[in-house]
Amino acid sequence: MKWSNVKYLILRRIVQAALLFLYFAGNYWGWKVLQGDLSTSMLLDKVPLSDPFAVLQIFATGATLGVNVLIGAAIIALFYGIVGGRAFCSWVCPVNMVTDLAAWLRRKLWIDRIERKVWITRNARYYMIVIALIVSALTGLAAFEVISPITILNRGVIFGFGAGAGLLLAIFLFDLFVVKNGWCGHICPLGGVHSILGKYSLIRVTHTSENCTLCMKCKEVCPEVQVLGMIGKRSEDVAKAECTNCGRCVDVCDDDALGFHIRNYLSK
Amino acid sequence: MGMNRRDFLKTSAAAAAASAVGITVPQEVQAAAAKGEEGWRWDKAPCRFCGTGCGIMLATKDGKIVAVKGDPAAPVNRGLNCIKGYFNAKIMYGADRLKVPLLRMNDKGEFDKKGKFRPVSWKRAFDEMEKAIRKALKESGPEGIGVFGSGQYTIMEGYAAQKMVKGGFRGNAIDPNARHCMASAVVGFYQTFGIDEPSGCYDDIELTDTIVAWGSNMAEMHPILWSRVTDRKLSDPERVKVVNIQTYTHRSCDLSDFNIIFAPQTDLAIWNYIAHEIVYNHPEAIDWDFVKKHIVFAVGPRNIGYGMRRAGEKSLKEGKYSAKEMEIIKKEMAKKISEKEAPALAPYGVKAGDVMKMQPGTLAHWMISFEEYKKSLEPYTLDYVAEIAKGDPNESIDSFKKKLKMLADLYIEKDRKVVSFWTMGMNQHTRGTWVNTLSYNVHFLLNKQAKPGSGAFSLTGQPSACGTAREVGTFCHRLPADLMVKNPKHRAITEKKWQIPEGTINPVGKQHIMKIHRDIEDGLIKFAWVNVCNPYQDSANANHWIKAARNMDVFIVTSDGYPGISAMVSDLVLPSAMIYEKWGGYGNAERRTQLWRQQVVPVGQAMSDTWQWVELSKRFTVKDLWGAYPPSGPRKKPLPSVIEAAKKMGYKEDTTMYEILFANDRAKKYTLDDPVAQGFDDSDSRGDHRNVIGSDGKPFKGYGFFIHKYLFEEYAWFGRGHGHDLAPFDVYMKVRGLKWPVVDGKETAWRFNCKYDPYAAKANPGGDFAFYGPLAKKLFSGDLLKPDKKKGKTPIPNKAKIFARPYMDPPEMPDKEYDTWLCTGRVLEHWHSGTMTMRVPELFRAMPEALCYMNPKDAKAKGVKRGDLVWVESRRGKVKARVETQGRNRPPQGLVFVPWFDEKVFINKVTLDATCPMSKQTDFKKCAVKIYKA
Amino acid sequence: MSQETKKPRISERRRFFTDLAHHAGLGVMGVLLWAGYTEKAKSSPLTLRPPAALGENDFLKTCIKCGLCAEACVNRPQNVDRETGRPRPGTLKMAKAKDPVTIGTPFFNPRDVPCYMCEDIPCVPVCPTGALDPAKVTDPKSGELDFRMMRMGLAIVDPNSCIAFWGIQCDACYRACPLLDEAISLEYDRNPRTGKHAFLKPVVHADVCTGCGLCERACVTEKPAIFILPREIALGKAGAHYVKGWDKKDQQRVEERIGKDVTTHDKSSSESPEDYLNRGLEF
Repeated sequence: MKWSNVKYLILRRIVQAALLFLYFAGNYWGWKVLQGDLSTSMLLDKVPLSDPFAVLQIFATGATLGVNVLIGAAIIALFYGIVGGRAFCSWVCPVNMVTDLAAWLRRKLWIDRIERKVWITRNARYYMIVIALIVSALTGLAAFEVISPITILNRGVIFGFGAGAGLLLAIFLFDLFVVKNGWCGHICPLGGVHSILGKYSLIRVTHTSENCTLCMKCKEVCPEVQVLGMIGKRSEDVAKAECTNCGRCVDVCDDDALGFHIRNYLSK
Repeated sequence: MGMNRRDFLKTSAAAAAASAVGITVPQEVQAAAAKGEEGWRWDKAPCRFCGTGCGIMLATKDGKIVAVKGDPAAPVNRGLNCIKGYFNAKIMYGADRLKVPLLRMNDKGEFDKKGKFRPVSWKRAFDEMEKAIRKALKESGPEGIGVFGSGQYTIMEGYAAQKMVKGGFRGNAIDPNARHCMASAVVGFYQTFGIDEPSGCYDDIELTDTIVAWGSNMAEMHPILWSRVTDRKLSDPERVKVVNIQTYTHRSCDLSDFNIIFAPQTDLAIWNYIAHEIVYNHPEAIDWDFVKKHIVFAVGPRNIGYGMRRAGEKSLKEGKYSAKEMEIIKKEMAKKISEKEAPALAPYGVKAGDVMKMQPGTLAHWMISFEEYKKSLEPYTLDYVAEIAKGDPNESIDSFKKKLKMLADLYIEKDRKVVSFWTMGMNQHTRGTWVNTLSYNVHFLLNKQAKPGSGAFSLTGQPSACGTAREVGTFCHRLPADLMVKNPKHRAITEKKWQIPEGTINPVGKQHIMKIHRDIEDGLIKFAWVNVCNPYQDSANANHWIKAARNMDVFIVTSDGYPGISAMVSDLVLPSAMIYEKWGGYGNAERRTQLWRQQVVPVGQAMSDTWQWVELSKRFTVKDLWGAYPPSGPRKKPLPSVIEAAKKMGYKEDTTMYEILFANDRAKKYTLDDPVAQGFDDSDSRGDHRNVIGSDGKPFKGYGFFIHKYLFEEYAWFGRGHGHDLAPFDVYMKVRGLKWPVVDGKETAWRFNCKYDPYAAKANPGGDFAFYGPLAKKLFSGDLLKPDKKKGKTPIPNKAKIFARPYMDPPEMPDKEYDTWLCTGRVLEHWHSGTMTMRVPELFRAMPEALCYMNPKDAKAKGVKRGDLVWVESRRGKVKARVETQGRNRPPQGLVFVPWFDEKVFINKVTLDATCPMSKQTDFKKCAVKIYKA
Repeated sequence: MSQETKKPRISERRRFFTDLAHHAGLGVMGVLLWAGYTEKAKSSPLTLRPPAALGENDFLKTCIKCGLCAEACVNRPQNVDRETGRPRPGTLKMAKAKDPVTIGTPFFNPRDVPCYMCEDIPCVPVCPTGALDPAKVTDPKSGELDFRMMRMGLAIVDPNSCIAFWGIQCDACYRACPLLDEAISLEYDRNPRTGKHAFLKPVVHADVCTGCGLCERACVTEKPAIFILPREIALGKAGAHYVKGWDKKDQQRVEERIGKDVTTHDKSSSESPEDYLNRGLEF
C-alpha cells in the first residue's frame, strides 16, 4: 500500500482520534486544551467553539442564549464557511469512523454489488433540519440533540458510554445492510447544515480530466458520489455542497487527476 | 406464610418504632412481629462503644447476630442508642475480619522481621511468642515485656492479662490506652479523695439545675447523656442552665445558655478565677462548716516538667530526635517563665524571665493553711484571667469578662445545684491532674460535691476504662481495686490471693504507655503485645514509635478483630474474638458494672484475648520466670528469685503458670454445670464446634471449668469490703448493671455522702460526709513554697483536699513559624481509630474522612478554600487533610481541629507526646502547627 | 420511454401538488414521531440540576449538553482523592440513555456524590449558554459568587424512617450540613417514654437549604430518610391574596399579584346574576 493512497485517510483518522483524545483528556485529566464536547468546547480555556446547528435548535426552542455560545457558533460557521467546507463530517465527526467502517465492509463483503433500490433521497437531511427545528420549537427541547449519535459517541468517549451506544450500532447496521452511506450521506441533519455552511468554502477538491483514465476508483469510494459528476468529463472544482473534503478520491487516484485546491473566486 | 422476609422486617421495624413513641400497635402487626422473631434469641449486653454504658439487646439466629435493639430496661439509655450503638449488630461482620494468625515470614517459612505476613497456626504463633518472650526476659528481664492494654478489655481479659504480666512474668509494663483517656482524672481522684472514680452518677443530670461541660463535646462523645442533659434543659428552660467551656465551638454549644471559648491551657486560670471570685468577693458563699469538717488545703511542686523525654535518655543521646523537636523537648529540663504565666506563679516566688529547673513529675504534696491557699488565688482577677484566657480574637474582652462572671455566679448562686462534666479537654492536658483537682476546689468550697444534683464528674471515653483499666488495675502502677504496685502491703495481699510467692510482684511500676513506646525506641522492651487497642495510631508523635517498632530488635504482637495500623507495624497478628463472641464485663463512667454472655461463636479461628493469655501461660514454668533478675530499666534494684519460695508452696520448677494462675483448684470449683453457664456458648471454657487447633497443636476442647466466672469472682474479691464491692457474677447476668459499691444487694448512687453511701455512713457515723479513700491520707504541712518536714505528718482521715495549683504554659505554643494551635479529638460517627466503625458502610458514608476544621478567616489568610487539601505540619511530622470551614466544629482564629479516627489522616504523626507529668496522660489537645496548601 | 407513455399522464401542476402533499405528509409524520419521542425524552421531574440552573423548562431549552460544568466539577482542585491524587467522581454527571434524565444534560444524585458547595462554584461560570445563570448565585451587593444562594433542591425528612424521630442520637445529616444550624437545625423534644431523654430531631429550613445533598449522602438509614427533591416538587405555595400580618417581609411573596385581574371564576359565579335570579324558585 502506497502512502499516497492512504495519506488523507490516515491524516483524518489522526485528527479525529486526536480530537477525541483531547476531549477525553479535558475531562479525565482536566487538560485545558479542548474541553467540553462537540456541541460546545473551550479551546485553550479561552476560545469558545459551538455547533451552529445545536445553537439554531436552541433558538428554535425560544431560549435566550449566552454570548459565549453565540461567539462559538460564529467561529465554527465562519471557519467551515470560509475555509473548511464540509470537512467537519470527515475530519472531526466521530460517527464518520463508524459509517466509514460500514462502507468499507460493504465493499469487502460485496454488499455493494447487490442492486437495491435506494428508497431514501439524499435530500432527506435537509428535511431533517427543518423537522428538527420545528420539533425543537414545539417541544422546547433541541430535538436533534436528544437523538444525535454524534454527541452520544462523543460524550461516550468523554464521560463514559451508556445505553445510547446501541444507537451507534443501529446506524452501523443501517449503513452496512440497508443504505450505502445511509446516515452521513442521506439522513444526518448536521451533515446537511455543514453542507449548506461549506458550500462556498475555499478548500475544494479539483479534477483534471486530462489525467483521468476513467478507472472510477474515486466513484467507488466517494460517500457522496453525486458530487463527482464531472469525472472524466470536465476539469473543474467539485462544486456541490455535499463534498466532505475527505480526500479519499484524491488518495485512490493513481493518475494525478484529483487534488485539493484553493478555490480562486477572483479569477471567475 | 403470607408474609415474606421483607414484609416482616417492615412490620417489626414499624412495631419497634411505634412502641418507641408509645403508639398502640394493632394486634395483627404485633402478632406478626412475634411470629417473625421465632428462632431469634434476644439477650442483653452493654454497647461496645463509649463510656456511657448503654444497654442493648442482641438477637442471634443461626450463630450470627442479626439485629440489635436498645434495651428499654437499661436505666442509662432506656432503649435508646446513638448511631454507633445502632450499628452494634454490624461491627463484627466486616468482610476483612482477621480469621487466622499471621506472621511475618521469609520464603523459607522462617520468622523474618522484614518478611510478609502469611497465615500460621495458633501453635506456631505461640511458639514465636514464647521464643521472643524468652529472649526479652534474658536480655532485659521482666521490664523487657510490654503490653499495650485497653479500656476496652473485658474485665476478665484485663484480669487475666494483669495476672500473667504481674504474677507470671513479674513485669509491670502493662498499661492501657485508657492512660490516654482518663489517667489525669484518676490521679485527680486519688489526690483529692484518696480513691478512684466519681462520687456522683448520671442521675445528677435529672437532679441538677446547672450543667457545665468543660472540654467535653458531650453531644458527639456521650450522645445519650447529652440527650438527658437536653431533656433536663427542656424540663425547665428558665431554671436549668447549660454552659459549654472549650477551645472551639462544637455541636454541644447549640444547647448552651452561653459558651466560653478559651485559649488552650487556660482552663487552669478559669477554675482559679471562679475560686478567686468565691474566696475574695463572695466569702459568704463558702460553706465553712463543711470545709472545716471535711477538707484540708494542699499544694505540690510546680517544676514537674511536661512528661516528655528527659536529658540523658538513650534515644535522645543517639540523636533520634531532630533539632526542631529538641526545641520543645529541652523544656522538660528547664523553662523560662513567660510574661503570661508569671503573674500566676508570683505567689510561689517565681517571676517572668526566671528559669524554672524541672524535676521529674511527682505526686508529692503537703498541707497548707487556707490563708496560703487564698494567697495562691490572688492573681486570678477578672482582668488577668480574661486577658490570658480569651480564646477567640474576634470576641470583645468585655463580652468575655461578662461570661466569666456569669459562670462564676452560676457556681456561687446559693441553692443552685451544679454539675461539672469534663472529658478529654481536661484530662489530655500537660497539667491534667492539676485542672482535675481545681474542679473539685470550687465544688468543695461551695459544698456542692457528692450530693444529688451537684458535683464535679469526669466522663470516661471508653466502655471499660473504669470497669477494667481502673478497677482491675491494668496500669503499670496498679493492682486490682486501687491497690498499688509500689505498696508492699498491697503486693502481699495480691500475692496471697493469687497464691504466688511473696516477693513475686515487681515493686517498680513505671512503664506507662508512653514509656513503653519510649522503651521500645531505647531498645529496652524486646517483646510487646497489643490487646484491644491501636497504640500505633492512637499515640502522639507516632512516627517515632512506628520507626522503633520496625527498626528495633523487638517482636510486636497485635491481637485484634480487624487489621489496623498497629497490626501493620507488628510481627505477628492474632485474630481476636470480638465483644459478643465471648463472655465479658464492662464498667461505665458512673461505676455501673455490666456483664454479658457469649452470644455467638467467633469467626474463623478467632479466640478471646483471655484464651490467648491463658494459652500463653501454658508455655512458661516456675523455673522459666521466677528466678532472679538484675536491675533493668526503671528498676534499680535486683529482683530476687522466688523459685525456692514457690517450692515451699508446693509448686515444682516445671509447674506452669497456667496451673498456678488459671487452672488452679479454686478455678476448678467453678464448674461447667453452673446453671448460669447453660444455654450459651463458651468457647474458652467448653471449646466449640470449630475445634480450633490450640497452642499445643491439638483441637481445643475448652478448659473444663467456668473460667470467666472464676476470673470475675477472684477479681471481685479484691474490692469487696473495701468500698469497691461488686455483686456476685450471677446477679449481673440478670440486672442491667449495678453501680458499685454494691452493699447488701443495693447499689450506691452518691459516694462519700453518708445518706447514700454505707461506707461513708460507717466511716462518719451521724455525719454528712466521709471522704474515706485511703491513699495519701498522711501529709506534711508547709507553705506554698515547701513542706516543713520537721513537724512530721498529720493524718487526715475521711478528708478531701483542695489544691493550690497555678496556671502554667504548655510546653509548645504557637510561634512565628508554627503559628496555629492543633487540637485533636473524636466524632460521633466513629469509635476511636475507626477499625470497627469505618467498616460499617453507613457510618463510613456518613463520615468518610477526617477533616481539618478551620476558621474561615484563617483559611482566607492562608489562601486555602473549603475542600482544599492542606498539609498540617508540626516539628514532628505532617499529614494531609481536607479543609472544612463550615462544619460541625468551628474553631476560633488561630486554632484548627483534626479528628484522629482516620488512619489516612494520621494526625498523631503531628501531635506532641508531652503528658501530664503526674498522670502520664498525653496532651492531644495542644501543639503548634503550620498549615499550607498541599 | 414507450412504456411510460402508457401510463395516464399526470399534469405538471397536479404532480407538483401531489409531491407537495406527499412531502408534507411525510414531514408531519416525522414531526409527530420525533416530537413524541422528544417529549418522552424529557427528564423526570425529580431530576436535580447543577447550581444556578434555570427552571427545568428553560434549562432544557438552553442547555447545549457540552459537559463543561461536569468537567469543571470533577476537575476542580479540591476534588482530588487524598491517596491517588486523581479526581474523585464528580458531582455532576452527564445523563446517559438509561438515566431518567434528558440525555446529555447534567444532573446529580446526592446519595452517590453530593454537591460539596464549592466557594467558587466552578461549574456555573463555565456554562456557555446561560443554562446555568451566574446571576442566580451572585450576591447583588458584592458582585461575588455566593454558594449560599444555590438552590438545587430541598432536603425533606421522612419522620417515619428517620431514626432521630425514634429517639436515636443520630443527626448525621445535621452534622454533615455545610450550613449547619442554618439549613438544618435540631428541634429538641422531650421523650415521654423514657422520661429522661430528649429527641434531637433534624428540621430543614427551606429558605436556607441549598439542596446540596450532603445530608442525604450522610444519612445512615438503608434508604435515606432525608433526601433532596427539586424545590418545585418539594414546596407548596400559599395563595397570594393573604399576607402574614406578623411578617414585614411577607409582602414580597405576593408581589406577583400586582396588576393581576382579581376577578374569580368558579361554578357558582359562572352564571350571570340575571340568569341566576331569573331561574326562580319552585314553590
